[in-house]
Amino acid sequence: MPMPMPMPVDEVLLRSIVPGVLGVLVRRGADFAAAEDAVQEALIEAVRVWPDGPPRDPKAWLVTVAWRRFLDATRADAARRRREDVVEEVPAPGPVPGTDDTLQLYFLCAHPSLTPSSAVALTLRAIGGLTTRQIAQAYLVPEATMAQRISRAKRTVSGVPFDRPGDVSTVLRVLYLVFNEGYSGDLDLAAEAIRLTRQLAAAIDHPEVAGLLALMLLHHARRAARTAPDGSLVPLAEQDRALWDTTAIAEGVRILQAALARDRLGEYQAQAAVAALHADATTASETDWVQIVEWYDELAGLTDSPVVRLNRAVALGEADGPRAGLAALAELDGALPRYAAVAAYLHERDGDLERAAQLYAEAARKAPNLAERDHLTRQAARLNSVRGR
Amino acid sequence: MAKYLMLKHYRGAPEAVNDVPMDRWTPEEVSAHIQYMNDFAARLEKSGEFVDGQALAPEGAWVRYDGEGRPPVTDGPFAETKDLIAGWMIIDVDSYERAVELAGELSAAPGAGGKPIHEWLELRPFLTAPPTIAE
Repeated sequence: MPMPMPMPVDEVLLRSIVPGVLGVLVRRGADFAAAEDAVQEALIEAVRVWPDGPPRDPKAWLVTVAWRRFLDATRADAARRRREDVVEEVPAPGPVPGTDDTLQLYFLCAHPSLTPSSAVALTLRAIGGLTTRQIAQAYLVPEATMAQRISRAKRTVSGVPFDRPGDVSTVLRVLYLVFNEGYSGDLDLAAEAIRLTRQLAAAIDHPEVAGLLALMLLHHARRAARTAPDGSLVPLAEQDRALWDTTAIAEGVRILQAALARDRLGEYQAQAAVAALHADATTASETDWVQIVEWYDELAGLTDSPVVRLNRAVALGEADGPRAGLAALAELDGALPRYAAVAAYLHERDGDLERAAQLYAEAARKAPNLAERDHLTRQAARLNSVRGR
Repeated sequence: MAKYLMLKHYRGAPEAVNDVPMDRWTPEEVSAHIQYMNDFAARLEKSGEFVDGQALAPEGAWVRYDGEGRPPVTDGPFAETKDLIAGWMIIDVDSYERAVELAGELSAAPGAGGKPIHEWLELRPFLTAPPTIAE
């Protein structure tokens, strides 16, 4: 008889079960921090033993192992402190409302008492099932630092009641932050954010959750086109649209349309609508800038964010010409991030190459990251060499 | 093994030989420069000598304590005359000679006209932990 080959553990499947397992432990009365530790240990155990004998019901297996670990830890703790065991028996197995637990975990990990960086770390670990090391690597901090951040976060929320509904918008902000971090190192945070948002969308019926999921999918779809082989940034107008992921776009558009049909507009749906209009254009010149301006008007009404108004100036420059864009820009604060870059672009379109080159150089000095700085320096260099000849 | 910090300056270092601001290069020269820097770091990773490298924004400020119950005092952005660090790379190498060799390579990064910039880099040894065997 041939020996069964050890099967590598499907990590994505494994991690998709994590919130459900954690939820069961917390429902059974486990303290959140201790439950989370126990689930992590059970995950490590699963990665070790599943390749040789995968369980028939992975979730039940994880619940059993995690609960045992929790009891062991509680008992050891209790013995050490000479206290009475409070948790003795495994409760009779019964139906556990999985999606409610998942939702509660999202609320807990994005609790307003947490700082954004703590909420992100806790979400990735307790809901995402990632190890502290993976999260530390993704955020380029030492593992010990990330471990401290996570345990402080767990302590902060340990007294929060598990069954009170939270605020979806705080959860969405955390997921948005994870997505925007992009990817550095082995862990793809954008893909992880999409997975977590998808899971949230399955747990709660909310148009803004759908809006954020659509927004992520539509942006993620462009990822292959966003950087050249040498690592430099490729602006939207110059991207090879054949590289866009049409499956992700189709899914994003479908999710967005369903959300918009419910007539409860929010900022993520409006941002996704802009992304969908870009996705819709087969070439940059076919972009429906008039509609994009309208969506930015909606967004400005929803958020009153100066960044939105900066983006609106760009869109207006495309829809009504660079002079209109510059007029809109003149109403904004020049200290806004990326203001100089937008001004440079609009002046170039308006034919003032000297001013544009100066502004690109200024924008490069103020760029928040190396990729943008290099891109803006190239733009300045391009205009200066055109003018020099 | 010894760790060294290689510091690159926006200003304050002695003037480079090929000293032309980057926005006066051609876009191809800019790309070639960036490629050279990336390749350099990748090569040191492969040889097991790279530790860390970061770039710093040119804007910054001085900050100091201003006494109990008062917010810190800030002074900035930095004055135009101030020495300004642009970024660093930390290497872990076998000898001072190797550190000098690598700093020389980094300084040879191409600039305007595709010619080496001959930029001055500051090379600083780390203070290490005391050795186990002291006598």
